[in-house]
Amino acid sequence: MSKYLLDKFLYTVDRDPELTERYREDPAGTVTWWEAEMANTVLNCIPAEKTTWLAFDDEERRALAEHDHVALFQMGAHPFLTLTLFIALFERDHGPMEYQRAYGKAMEHISMPYPDIAT
Amino acid sequence: MAELAAVIASTHHPFYYRASTATGADRPPFADEWVAKIEAFRETLTRAEPDVLVMVGSDHFHQLWLDNMPQFLVGKAPFFDANFHNEEREFGLPKMTLRGEEDLAAHLLRDGLDRDFDLAFSNELRIDHSITCPIITLRPQADLPIVPVYTNIFAPPLPQPKRFVQLGRAIREMVESWESDKRVAVIGTGHLSLELGGPRQFGEHGPDPEFDRKAVEWIASGDIEGCLAEVSLESLHHPGNATHGFMDFMLMMGVAGEGAKADHVDTLDLFHTMEAYFTWYPNGVPSSSGVSA
Repeated sequence: MSKYLLDKFLYTVDRDPELTERYREDPAGTVTWWEAEMANTVLNCIPAEKTTWLAFDDEERRALAEHDHVALFQMGAHPFLTLTLFIALFERDHGPMEYQRAYGKAMEHISMPYPDIAT
Repeated sequence: MAELAAVIASTHHPFYYRASTATGADRPPFADEWVAKIEAFRETLTRAEPDVLVMVGSDHFHQLWLDNMPQFLVGKAPFFDANFHNEEREFGLPKMTLRGEEDLAAHLLRDGLDRDFDLAFSNELRIDHSITCPIITLRPQADLPIVPVYTNIFAPPLPQPKRFVQLGRAIREMVESWESDKRVAVIGTGHLSLELGGPRQFGEHGPDPEFDRKAVEWIASGDIEGCLAEVSLESLHHPGNATHGFMDFMLMMGVAGEGAKADHVDTLDLFHTMEAYFTWYPNGVPSSSGVSA
């Protein structure tokens, strides 16, 4: 399991408007493409200087492909990254603050202590 | 030597810009009260007549990322561009460019390293809403040079709360030993209880009003010892999962000093989180003309 790689997906998709839209429209395809092409790119290095070892496990791939923010929280993905990206994905389909409140309510069964987000 | 003209601690609510500029049906019912409180808060900085602003905040995974994460970082550059795509998208924040005060930045870096704070630095730093929100609220003309100081309250492992207080104390001593005739205000922003991306987010109040009440009392009375006795990296999980941002308030308590009562204290109980505003005048409350009384 790699909380770091989950966070890297959320971070890189959130900051790129085209990728954000692509993830909204085709989540499974975007996750497959991202893992093949982007997961091992060091953000401050040239493309040739790739990392050789980063990959999702099956449950991580599923959670991302299904836009499952509750599962991402339970895996310890950084909640700020998940929230920010998911607001970008879905707030537009709802009334003011409606999506944010529903997002919290979907996690109301989760009690303290929350999953560790340290990477 | 430079004079510490004011010490200011504030929450940084990214919705303020949009709420305060909205009109008609888009203007939220709490906007007028919020604007009135901010304008009174702004006056506390204006009266101090600062020349330079040291701005303490925390990058929210914008430029700083998990492949290379500093704990404390000083920005040293002639200019700082500001705000990121996702802040424009979610909060409507504008693009900004602020001037930098490189001489003070160099002094904080050299003196800080010599005081055993292993400060990271950046010569090309794009700053985010943790610094631009207080510019928008306190100095909307954005005309003063700044020195950004970023802390890691966001990506664990984090420094201990006492380290934030220690850095705050050091920042004060370093500002006051800067060979300059400038008037410096140190402005830092953090959070009271806050939950982001968890089950307690976006409630009717902040997630832990009792923590907020105690936190405001600690800050307003300068009760650093009492605060440190109750606050730990572990305890800050309980009031809300983003409450580690309170450590930036603790840093500012360090700047203000043990037992230093704030000269201006105000709060606003908003949905989702409590706003809190504090100003100290280390050298006396300035008169309306800006001259120390």
